[in-house]
Amino acid sequence: MTATENPTNYKWVGTRPIRHDGFDKVVGKARFGADLNLPGQLHGAFVRSPHAHARIVSIDTSAAEAMPGVKAVVTGDDFPALDPTHPNYDTAVNCMARGEAFYHGHAVAAVAATTKAEAKAAAAAVEVEYEVLPAVLSIADSMADGAPLANPNNHTKFAPPGDPSNLATITNLARGDVDQAMADADVVVEMGFDCAHVHQGYIEPHACVVDYGDGKANVWCSSQGHFRVRSMTADVLGVDNSKVKVVPAEIGGGFGGKTTIYLEPIAAKLSEKSGKPVKITMTREEVLRGSGPAPSAELRIKIGATKDGELTAIDGWMAYGVGAFSDMAGLIGAMSVASYKFPNLRMETYTALTNTPKSAAYRAPSAPHAAWAIESVVDEIATELGMDPIDLRLKNAAVEGDLTAMGMPHPRVGLVECLEALKASDHYQSVPAEGTSRGMAVGFWFNIGEESSATVNLNEDGTANVITGSPDIGGSRASMALMAAETLGIDVYSITPIVADTESVGFTDVTEGSRATFATGKAVVEACEDLIEQLKARAATIMGVDVGEVAWVDGAAVSPGHGGGEGGDPLTLAQITAQAKRTGGPLTATASLNAAGAGPSFAVHCADLKVDEETGEIEIVRYTAVQDAGTAIHPSYVEGQMQGGSVQGIGWALNEEYIYNADGAMENASFLDYRIPVASDLPLIETIIVEVPNPAHPYGVRGVGETGIVPPMATIGNAVKAATGVRMTSLPMSPPKVLKRLNER
Amino acid sequence: MHYVAPTTVGEACSLLADNPGSRVFAGATDLVPQMRTGRLEPSVMVDLKRIDRLMSVSHADGRWTIGAATPASDLTHNAAFTAMHPGISEGAGLIGSDQIQNRSSLGGNLCNGSPAADSVPGMIAAGARAVIAGAGGERTIPVADVVTGPGQTSLAADEFIVEFEIDDPAANTGDAYLRMIPRTEMDIAVVGAAVRLTMDGDTVSAAGVVLGAVAPTAVRVPAAEAALVGSSLDDDTLAAVAAAASAACNPIDDKRGTIEYRTQVAGVLAKRAAVIAAERAQNGA
Ligand SMILES: Cc1cc2nc3c(=O)[nH]c(=O)nc-3n(C[C@H](O)[C@H](O)[C@H](O)COP(=O)(O)OP(=O)(O)OC[C@H]3O[C@@H](n4cnc5c(N)ncnc54)[C@H](O)[C@@H]3O)c2cc1C
Repeated sequence: MTATENPTNYKWVGTRPIRHDGFDKVVGKARFGADLNLPGQLHGAFVRSPHAHARIVSIDTSAAEAMPGVKAVVTGDDFPALDPTHPNYDTAVNCMARGEAFYHGHAVAAVAATTKAEAKAAAAAVEVEYEVLPAVLSIADSMADGAPLANPNNHTKFAPPGDPSNLATITNLARGDVDQAMADADVVVEMGFDCAHVHQGYIEPHACVVDYGDGKANVWCSSQGHFRVRSMTADVLGVDNSKVKVVPAEIGGGFGGKTTIYLEPIAAKLSEKSGKPVKITMTREEVLRGSGPAPSAELRIKIGATKDGELTAIDGWMAYGVGAFSDMAGLIGAMSVASYKFPNLRMETYTALTNTPKSAAYRAPSAPHAAWAIESVVDEIATELGMDPIDLRLKNAAVEGDLTAMGMPHPRVGLVECLEALKASDHYQSVPAEGTSRGMAVGFWFNIGEESSATVNLNEDGTANVITGSPDIGGSRASMALMAAETLGIDVYSITPIVADTESVGFTDVTEGSRATFATGKAVVEACEDLIEQLKARAATIMGVDVGEVAWVDGAAVSPGHGGGEGGDPLTLAQITAQAKRTGGPLTATASLNAAGAGPSFAVHCADLKVDEETGEIEIVRYTAVQDAGTAIHPSYVEGQMQGGSVQGIGWALNEEYIYNADGAMENASFLDYRIPVASDLPLIETIIVEVPNPAHPYGVRGVGETGIVPPMATIGNAVKAATGVRMTSLPMSPPKVLKRLNER
Repeated sequence: MHYVAPTTVGEACSLLADNPGSRVFAGATDLVPQMRTGRLEPSVMVDLKRIDRLMSVSHADGRWTIGAATPASDLTHNAAFTAMHPGISEGAGLIGSDQIQNRSSLGGNLCNGSPAADSVPGMIAAGARAVIAGAGGERTIPVADVVTGPGQTSLAADEFIVEFEIDDPAANTGDAYLRMIPRTEMDIAVVGAAVRLTMDGDTVSAAGVVLGAVAPTAVRVPAAEAALVGSSLDDDTLAAVAAAASAACNPIDDKRGTIEYRTQVAGVLAKRAAVIAAERAQNGA
């Protein structure tokens, strides 16, 4: 369902063609990370730390090297020692420990052997002597006075040089006079919240094959950005970027978790040592223990309001637990506070290190935690004031010019439009079904631009190849083709969208920050616009008129008064490309940019649910996600992003969590016990696309990939409050936690 | 590692006796995951699914005989069996998914020795018996006596279960099995409760209450059974059933549930299962 789809009557933008990569994916021909096999390849296996924090006293690989089939063993000593201030120092150490293991599951050595079984057996035979060090396992432990250091290389960023610290960032933001505003407020609500670590849960585990030869690493892998895989791998290996080539595989989900690397330099070094290609695939258990979850968090939020519902002040304290390496989670959390005007604001945020796996991005990183707390408190205020929760939010919703917590003015944003769309929706207008209760909440994500390149080559027959460097993680090939079709004025199926390797297309940043359709799409449009100029010039030559007299209309050159081809008809793109040889050769264009003007995307979600008050189970019976897409280039994939984000947020709300034992080992490292939702846990996620075009994109695109995960936790928490009177303050709201709170009621 | 598929019970017995470290299997839906994680490395894998007696469901002489390797879906799709023992059928029907149930057996569910096995409480509540074959011949024992602790059975290394016997219930009997999982499927019971009731009008004349996942093995709850017999399932009785069920729990705290939670919810499920069992008993299931 869409509210105001296709507002300007585009021909292709806003339609729903079958995706260009769909056939291969449906018939199983698409090749994902683990699908490539090279002749003579070896298999890699890791030795991982059994301790949350330990000094590596010694590693004896001799027994492993003597095992059958073993061709190479590597440890941290095989990699160059980067300077600790190098931007990829942490990545290098996370890929393979150097002298100190920082979490249970940290890679300590790796083996390549002829078969997987031999590699596993040899990995088990690597002898590592550890001296166990004190481990920091929670945010509270990390921030406590005199806490042991989780990682002695960490220094607080943006702070004067000093001793190592467990804090990676400390951010203090303020405006107005919070204390006075709280004193003046008619209602003040203050509450504390916490969130466990959660994983992105992509279905495809990390996988790569690396063939090292002639001083160069040839890498095949699935990632969200092969140019970043290239630079990170090169840095970890200590070689120039040009000595690494990365060919992107199809990607089976990433959600932020594949914006970094774990395997590629290790496979490269094993390949270099053995002289054979080396393939490494993680098991699900390794993915959970050894890749990056989203941070945990502890939050305290206080909000003051007047009795007529003006939110006058927010006072927040938010700490994010990011695992054993530096991260910006606390700062980004502060940046995500942007939904309401809040004339008076104080935000203190921290990024705290713990001896757990290094956090990775997860859809709108840091924003879900903050929104869970803030939207829960706003809901309490609505209840205290007896106001409809949408009306309270409408009264305070940020609009163009209002400041985010960071003090940045919003560009044109669509929060008001999203709130109004939910208010008018069939869902919100309906009375909750018997025995169910309703909650709603808002989410924000700022989105980013960054660097992208696109090359568009026109073929002799009037078709086009659109070549970009953005891995297609959510239907972006179809979106690129739609924007190219719209711009050039040709059929979307005459376009072949291609994701090219690091040596076949210009530099392109990672598919993250909901940027691909925005930034890479903009590059595609610019390349197509360049081609239109070229096509007009060719047409002018063929028609024998001045180029200034040629216009481009509906995929054809027209020159009013002069006619076009034979009989005076317009000259179609295909007619022009057919004559390319005699008018100057092939028609190609490339555009590269560092995209400014990413449009923030707001979402508003609504849930109806039942709580079994004797077992603490929550059953969601109706769920609606409203989101501002700017312009929905391919509405099905916009809806897919909204639904996917909602479902991941529902999982985060209900059952997903890393359960650590007292020694810092994850106890539930499998999809049996790390409980992502199954299909039967969910109702249809209804979607309402709102379109408030982003003025900084030729078709008005805002990124849509991330915001959807931000509102679900508070949406569900607010509905649970409505159902039971109990305010849940700890994620996940799993049945034991809910029942405990119900018992205490 | 070797794989063998004997076609007679005798052949299977000799294979087990002759090969230390060998292991029988049916659906292998427990065995293979355990081998993958390295918990088990059988020397010989003895496939029971080629032995006719282990792969049949029959009804004669007032009882059902269910081959120990028969896939759960053969039971859940058997309308006559399901009508007579709906609680056992629904327990078997909760195991994993359709794909899992097309492989998984009652013998495997029981002998894997998980306290959370979904088909076990219902069988114990029904007084089911296991026919066990070994080098020394066959013996029959109550299903309740097979599992002795997590992953442990009373079977000797050369023994396996051939079939289960379940007597037809007395008139006006109904049974039910409920489990709590945090999701709606593909999960392991945090608590399971089977109740079997025989009704005389509105009054319970016989009761069986068995809990899963709340102790090292499935546990019968005689105090709950005593509370039920003679009652008409009034609120006080149900509260007593819940209290008795909770009192019978001796669970662990783990990633799947806390002691506190399992104990409380065992009572809830026991009383809810009792209500369903009574309805089925009165409505002829
Ligand atoms: C995805 C998935 C979901 C699952 N969900 C559930 C669930 O919801 N509920 C649940 O209870 N279980 C569940 N299980 C576990 C498993 O499917 C069941 O326990 C199943 O009933 C086992 O039967 P099987 O025939 O596959 O056993 P197998 O794996 O073949 O055998 C299991 C064990 O029993 C022994 N054994 C098998 N047959 C005999 C016999 N006749 N005599 C003596 N010993 C024998 C084997 O040696 C082995 O030790 C799940 C498993 C998977 C993989």
